[in-house]
Amino acid sequence: MNTQPVLEVDSVTKIYQTQPPVTALRGVSFSVAAGELAAIVGPSGSGKTTLLHLMGTLDRPTCGTVRLAGTDAAALSDREVAFLRASRIGFVFQQFFLAEHKSLLDNVADGLLYAGVRMAARRERALDALSAVGLAGRADARPTQLSGGQRQRVAIARALAGEPAIILADEPTGNLDQATGQSILALFWSLHERGATIVLITHDMDIARRMPRRVEMLDGRVVADTRTATVQPAERT
Amino acid sequence: MTTTVHAPRQLYATDLIRLSSVGLRTRKLRAALSALGIAIGVAAIVAVLGLSQSSEAGLLAEIDSLGVNMLTVSNGQTLLGQQAELPTQAPAMVGRIAGVGSVQYTGQVSNVNAYRSPLINAIDTNALTVRATSLGLLPGIRDTLAQGHFLNAATAREPAVVLGAVAAQRLGIDRAFSGERIWLDNQWFYVAGILDPAYLAPDIDTSVLVGFPAAGTYLGFDGHPSTIYVRTQTDDQVDAVQALLAKAANPEEPSQVSVSQPSQVLTARAATQSALNGLFLGLGAVALLVGAIGVANIMVIAVLERRSEIGLRRALGATRGHIRMQFLCEAILLALIGGAIGVAAGAAATAIGAYVKGWTTVIPPEAWAGGLGAAIVIGAIAGLLPALRAARMSPTQALWSI
Repeated sequence: MNTQPVLEVDSVTKIYQTQPPVTALRGVSFSVAAGELAAIVGPSGSGKTTLLHLMGTLDRPTCGTVRLAGTDAAALSDREVAFLRASRIGFVFQQFFLAEHKSLLDNVADGLLYAGVRMAARRERALDALSAVGLAGRADARPTQLSGGQRQRVAIARALAGEPAIILADEPTGNLDQATGQSILALFWSLHERGATIVLITHDMDIARRMPRRVEMLDGRVVADTRTATVQPAERT
Repeated sequence: MTTTVHAPRQLYATDLIRLSSVGLRTRKLRAALSALGIAIGVAAIVAVLGLSQSSEAGLLAEIDSLGVNMLTVSNGQTLLGQQAELPTQAPAMVGRIAGVGSVQYTGQVSNVNAYRSPLINAIDTNALTVRATSLGLLPGIRDTLAQGHFLNAATAREPAVVLGAVAAQRLGIDRAFSGERIWLDNQWFYVAGILDPAYLAPDIDTSVLVGFPAAGTYLGFDGHPSTIYVRTQTDDQVDAVQALLAKAANPEEPSQVSVSQPSQVLTARAATQSALNGLFLGLGAVALLVGAIGVANIMVIAVLERRSEIGLRRALGATRGHIRMQFLCEAILLALIGGAIGVAAGAAATAIGAYVKGWTTVIPPEAWAGGLGAAIVIGAIAGLLPALRAARMSPTQALWSI
């Protein structure tokens, strides 16, 4: 790895202080370089969602460090972490989380709301992001008029709008049927080919197997980290 | 590669307003209903303040039309507490004071009562007073006739009376037709006319007026005036004339003369708030309180309903402060809309009330500004707790606990 990694997770442990305490991650370490497309795969309870929280700075590790674009998230205040999310991280969720009363354009533009971008500039960049996912022609439509796959494309556009250093996708195909899921994976591939750094979290080994890199988790530990030399586009099932 | 992390900036005002109106735009009926409480409270307060101010303005306008340049001179009391008398020359002497325009006077005819007929018991006097009057009394006190004619030089010598508004009512006379008569001191007096209420000289309302010559001839009246109605030529001469009146009216015993300016009494009465105002203001305050609870309730529900939105916004980079601000502004906006509707409704009620009563519409700035200000404060207080709860919510819980 000759470039500095976009994301570095270094011996991260996360213990939830419930009764009894739950140890979700036990010394997880890995890093993601710029331009990588990686899948974190594991069964339920393996700690992959906790890992997503920590990578996305939505939560803080009990010990260990998470560095995003060279910045140690633990050293930042809550406000600074928020700005880190606004400017460096794009989230894609299983449930899309689109606002039904807003046009697609404004939904995508919301991705830039907290980065201090003015309305006109937000819309301009949102339109670019929408065209990157192939929905530029429907910028004025409402999410309710779209299919599930199209909605997820809008959510991906929202994550793209801020030109983040890394995109974290949590089960992005979980609510979609097989074929639609394939097209979303194909979209991630094409974004990856254009240089985006993407971490995809899934429980589905079939999906993970088609990614250039797989980080396999079990019981809060990384049990395998494999790279596939031959790039295998998602469209080929 | 090291990245400098900047502290996030506050949202632009337009973005904040757009954000905080989301809840109102997407749940219109709910927003309208919860704003209603505040609207009712503000409307009640604005209407009460507006109506009382309008009625005061109406009264003051009426007083202005009656003229504030009238002074009343009346007989006071002697040192021993008996009724003093004004000299018979008093009106003439008062008329010689510089700045005095018109001088009119009445003299109370004691020991004479007015009855509807000789059959009425002598003790049923209806608390009416018989007064002898100068002939120019009506223009002097700015009163008008409701019926018939006032006394003139001819009828002032005859057994004829003019009834004050209340006196006519108490005697059961509502029309002055030829032949209508009342019983005074064992004799019939014919009713020449009936007066309108006299605001500046309420004594006249309960009076039965006869001419000075007739009072002397038929009622044994000694001719001493008891009340002199003085008009100064201009309004700013009132104080100067007032200072001289007592001495001019009764040079021997100026301390036995009482001088007053009736318009001052009316002005003071106009300014006093009615007790009912306090009640309605209290009701308005209660409605505001209930409205505030309604807004707080709606905001608590909104925060619970919009957990995933809150989580998403945190993931998109919103700070706790951004979330707190969004919900606080939403509550304030909700209350402010209620307040604005309330001010409009209160102003409309005031305008209608004032129109019906013939007053000019006065909505005091403290009423509408206070109404809007109170709405903002209420919204801020009602929204504070829900906003704090929204901000405290951890993004992971908010996003993954649906």
